[in-house]
Amino acid sequence: MTDLGPLIPRNRAIHPVPYDPDYKTSVARSPNLPLLSMESGPSEETGPVFGHGRIGALDNNLILNWTKGAAPAVGERILMHGHVLDETARPVRNTLLEIWQANAGGRYRHKKDSYLAPLDPNFGGCGRTLTDENGYYQFLTVRPGAYPWPNRGNDWRPMHIHVSVYGHSFGQRLITQMYFEGDPLIAHCPIAHTIKSHGQLDRLVAPLDLAYSRPLDFLAYKFDIVLRGRRQTMFENKLEGM
Amino acid sequence: MVQKLDMLQETPSQTAGPYVHIGLMPSYTDNGGIYDEEIGVSPIAAGARGEIIEIVGSVCDGTGWAMRDALLESWQADAAGIFPGQEGADPGVSGHCRFAADAVSGEFTLRTVKPGPVPHRAGGRQAPHISLWIVARGINIGLQTRIYFEDEDNSADPLLARIEQRPRVETLIAKKLGPGQYRFDIRLQGAGETVFLDL
Repeated sequence: MTDLGPLIPRNRAIHPVPYDPDYKTSVARSPNLPLLSMESGPSEETGPVFGHGRIGALDNNLILNWTKGAAPAVGERILMHGHVLDETARPVRNTLLEIWQANAGGRYRHKKDSYLAPLDPNFGGCGRTLTDENGYYQFLTVRPGAYPWPNRGNDWRPMHIHVSVYGHSFGQRLITQMYFEGDPLIAHCPIAHTIKSHGQLDRLVAPLDLAYSRPLDFLAYKFDIVLRGRRQTMFENKLEGM
Repeated sequence: MVQKLDMLQETPSQTAGPYVHIGLMPSYTDNGGIYDEEIGVSPIAAGARGEIIEIVGSVCDGTGWAMRDALLESWQADAAGIFPGQEGADPGVSGHCRFAADAVSGEFTLRTVKPGPVPHRAGGRQAPHISLWIVARGINIGLQTRIYFEDEDNSADPLLARIEQRPRVETLIAKKLGPGQYRFDIRLQGAGETVFLDL
């Protein structure tokens, strides 16, 4: 295997702060001591590969995948789509994206969620897909509702879809959340505001994308994702045995 | 004006939240069956070469409480130190596993093959280790760490050598309980805080 070079070190300044008293759970779940920084090696530069054979035909269609196509979920029908690129603007091809979300009423199909909004019998709330040769992906789903959570006295999560992405190496692993353009709750959410730069938080807000909306069917929202890149140089120490 | 740096910025992380299992381990929360096959169920298949081991442990918060909602992923080489996808890799080792803390006890179990030593870019070998990535409610960006093994020679490992406070090295070393049995507890904060990595 050719050495593609080490991963570009993560710029932690764009990421949320680990410790944020406004997001109460982070207080006891954030390390006190600094991270140990080091150049990446094969353990971080390799990663699992997921083939097309494991992805079912409805896996990226949350409107239909819970009932295997028998009945559609209730809610505002949306297309969530975009590209996965790395920091050097190369498309990240054939990489696994997984999403999960609440239903249109803000209720999750999880045994720990006891919110009084009802479950939708036709909605499971998870999907997955592989990006294509251009790093492009699509999900069809319903827009999730906002929901309350026990943090401060009256905290509500904005509408959001959780997104998990692999890239091609374990060191690119990323989980984030997509928010929706115009949602007034974003400005009040302590989880969103663990990201201290407004400009960076804006990058998690998906704009309405009328060009990709299908008339009389669904609205579209665009969410592009950037993963860590690799530093390529002619003067690299080659990994032994790779 | 200087030239522009043609670089994009990584997408900012957000916490996986309390319901991460819905997306990554549907069967954990009784949503099994939505996919024909879930991802990362086991890092090994029948016929994997090497010593099969079991690592049990927990992820404790700063109060010492074992978190019931933590989700972990592991990535490792095969018994010969070759990563899946590399030439000569053991086809019985996918190397990747997802596992969650038990909702009642907070304990996790990772059953896998013990990895071999792997090369380091600067030369030399890294002691056998398993890379871990931990997400949960309250963790805003996934925590990376490694499991090393008490019964391996860790003396020349370049990562362990960089830990200035030598007692902290112990936080990355799984304790042997018996043949093929190890314990690895992760402490997010406070006394005995696990070394977390930025690499």
